[in-house]
Amino acid sequence: MRPMLCIEDVTVRFGEKAALDGVTLEVPDGEVVTVLGPSGSGKTSLLRVVAGLQRPDSGRVLLAGEDLTSVPPHRRGIGLVFQDHALFHHRDVSGNLAFGLRMRRDPRSTIEPRVRELLELVGLAGYERRSVATLSGGEQQRVALARALAAKPRVLLLDEPLGSLDRRLRDRLLEDLDRLFDELGVTALYVTHDQAEAFALGDRVAVMRAGRMVQTGTPDELWAGPADEDLARFLGLGNVRDGTVVRPEAVTVRRATDGDRGEGIVETAVRHGPTVRLVVRLDDGATIEAAVTALDHPLPGDRVSVEIDPAGVVELPENAGE
Amino acid sequence: MDGHRDSLSARAWRALTYGVPLAFLALFFAYPLAAILERGVRSDGELASPLDIVTDPVTREVVWFTVWQAVASTALTVVVALPTAYVLGRFTFPGRGVVRAIVVVPFVLPTVVVALAFLAVLPERLERGWAAILIAHAFFNVAVVVRVVGTFWASLDPRMSEAAATLGAGPWRRLREVTLPLLAPSLAAAAAIVFLFSFTSFGIVLILGGPRYATIEAEIYNQAVRMFDLRAAALLSLVQLACVALAVWASLRLEARLAVGGQLRAEQDVLQPPRRGREKAFVAGSLGMLGLFLGVPLVVLVERSLAVGSGYGFEAYRALTRPTSALLATPWEAVLNSVVYATAATAIAVVIGGLAAFAVARPSGSRLLDGLLMLPLGASAVMLGFGFVIAFDRAPIDFRSAPWIVPVVQALVAIPFVVRIVAPTLRAIDERQREAAAMLGAPPGRVRREIDLPIVARALAVAAGFAFAVSLGEFGATVFLARPDNPTLPVAIFRFLGRPGELNAAQAYALAVVLMVVTAVSILLVDRIRVRRGGWA
Repeated sequence: MRPMLCIEDVTVRFGEKAALDGVTLEVPDGEVVTVLGPSGSGKTSLLRVVAGLQRPDSGRVLLAGEDLTSVPPHRRGIGLVFQDHALFHHRDVSGNLAFGLRMRRDPRSTIEPRVRELLELVGLAGYERRSVATLSGGEQQRVALARALAAKPRVLLLDEPLGSLDRRLRDRLLEDLDRLFDELGVTALYVTHDQAEAFALGDRVAVMRAGRMVQTGTPDELWAGPADEDLARFLGLGNVRDGTVVRPEAVTVRRATDGDRGEGIVETAVRHGPTVRLVVRLDDGATIEAAVTALDHPLPGDRVSVEIDPAGVVELPENAGE
Repeated sequence: MDGHRDSLSARAWRALTYGVPLAFLALFFAYPLAAILERGVRSDGELASPLDIVTDPVTREVVWFTVWQAVASTALTVVVALPTAYVLGRFTFPGRGVVRAIVVVPFVLPTVVVALAFLAVLPERLERGWAAILIAHAFFNVAVVVRVVGTFWASLDPRMSEAAATLGAGPWRRLREVTLPLLAPSLAAAAAIVFLFSFTSFGIVLILGGPRYATIEAEIYNQAVRMFDLRAAALLSLVQLACVALAVWASLRLEARLAVGGQLRAEQDVLQPPRRGREKAFVAGSLGMLGLFLGVPLVVLVERSLAVGSGYGFEAYRALTRPTSALLATPWEAVLNSVVYATAATAIAVVIGGLAAFAVARPSGSRLLDGLLMLPLGASAVMLGFGFVIAFDRAPIDFRSAPWIVPVVQALVAIPFVVRIVAPTLRAIDERQREAAAMLGAPPGRVRREIDLPIVARALAVAAGFAFAVSLGEFGATVFLARPDNPTLPVAIFRFLGRPGELNAAQAYALAVVLMVVTAVSILLVDRIRVRRGGWA
């Protein structure tokens, strides 16, 4: 099937620095592609190029096969959810949601029910007359999403939409978003620096670094075969060395017994939810990270023996030891 | 927006926002200025050296007086205002908002009214002379220091001072080593404004200076109107322009040098109610003193307007509707003239200043236009009025008797205020608001109507009120241009003062009270509309 959104070899320069350096990406109809990258990697510039708010120095953007290069933002039919929402504070909730509908001259009689429908969709029924300034961060986020969806854009762009919210709220909204995208069959390009968000929402994940596309694939593909050492580290895989990744959960650590001197000493043990991350200093001076689930885990200072399950060892495709 | 090539309407809009203000400035500012320049360097059609006037001892004396009275006025204003700035910058108390509003009243009062208030309140020995001028300047400008410094003070993080305390600094050390250096930029900014206003002061000096004391402004008027020496007036105008340019340049340098970075905090995190008895006494004492300083002259002004013979009555007010030998119209007609002129001037100032604010506030906005628009402020009203007189007095552009010449010159004086009030609000609009509107399908013109205009509407209303008050009280330029049969209020007051007799004096006071009331009402209406912080108002 032809992709809904096609970004072809797009380059954006600010002076000497290239914010985007020959970026190519496709978003198939009805899919959610998340763009994952640290701040400054160019992911926001990518969104702005698609939205038409930033003119690319070269390359082009196609929407359903149509070249958008000379189409101004207000005629692109693309929805954008801004970082920090950019809600209109001089209008109430309903005024925000109705804005896009008024712009395309919907009659008043259809605007009102549509606004009500949107508010129900995002779980804010009855909020029509509320001032946006009185809304909580999560509610503002929902209004921003509903506003962008109101006129049924062909593609929805989201720029770190959950960035300013606290963790628990983020987890809840993440589930809501996932459900909404599924229900509405939205085609979306979603930008984030948070790996959990990217993997949870994305049918496919595109990883960016320093203005370039590093790797694109399903979450499983990325997790199973990261393109290089930096990406492996960025994804949170420990034990990256000499082009090889040893997954922490493939490392078994046992307290040394009388007959077994062991291979190293536990340096730190830190609990992350259900698992405990152990850092073991091996006798040859190197360290290795292990994730264990046992409650009775070794403690710092304990001598331990270390075993590695070969199934958890990944050879990186390009040996990035250069 | 950096997105797409501007559409035709975007280009037309830009041409409008730059073109209209620039054309207005060219015709009504640059051209009169050129006329002044031409008049200054020519004598009887020949090029003449300006040195005789510039080195004249009278000129030297006038320049010297202008400079030292401006310095002394600034120092006096800061001393008078600082306690109140401190109180507003550190404490919350009931009526704080009222205090902030009332402090501004003298600043928006026409200078003629201020001069008359001090004529009324000062003992005869001090009535005319340098002391009266300094006190009146402090009265007039106290608002600038209180508002600028007080507002900044209220956003200073008190934890810095607290940190100094934990490091062993006592109250005076903390004031000297932490608070004052942090306040310095706002103090310098406020002092620069006060200095400029005192330097270019006209109405106050003309009325309170007596025959002995004249600023450059007053001397331009004397030379042009009383001596008919247009060349001397033109050259003095140029001296004035050079001095003002120098002062502005120096104050900008000073502000840049004093600028301190650092996070400012929200007012509500800084202000606390006064707790100890000493704090309460200080708040009450400094507000009370300021209240007396600002209130007494105005009360005495009203009292004097009611004084008839040995008793009180409304005789002076009743006389306002009758013809008088002081004017070619009844005083009441002067009131109507003032309101009509000020309304027209406000309309012009809001349209031209509003367009200019859009041009100035563009992200790629022009610093040059911004600077050009501030020029009329520095060039001074008297110079504008004088420039109009010599520029538009002959064909092909003989505008002098045109009825709109007074509103135009008043608008010129008010435009810098309009730009200063509206542009910061426009700049404060998050660009993403406009982008969000565009993403929702709004073309550029629609974005301006849906986003910029509603947000900026209140600032425009405030600017209109301010422009109205400024135009109403405008004296320096209007006194050159208002025709004898169509005087404005300040001009009529001035004419009455020049006449002997108790009734004439009482009528001057009565008209000053009327002017004060009209101004106060227009400002009160405006103060009900609150602007975002960052503007001038």
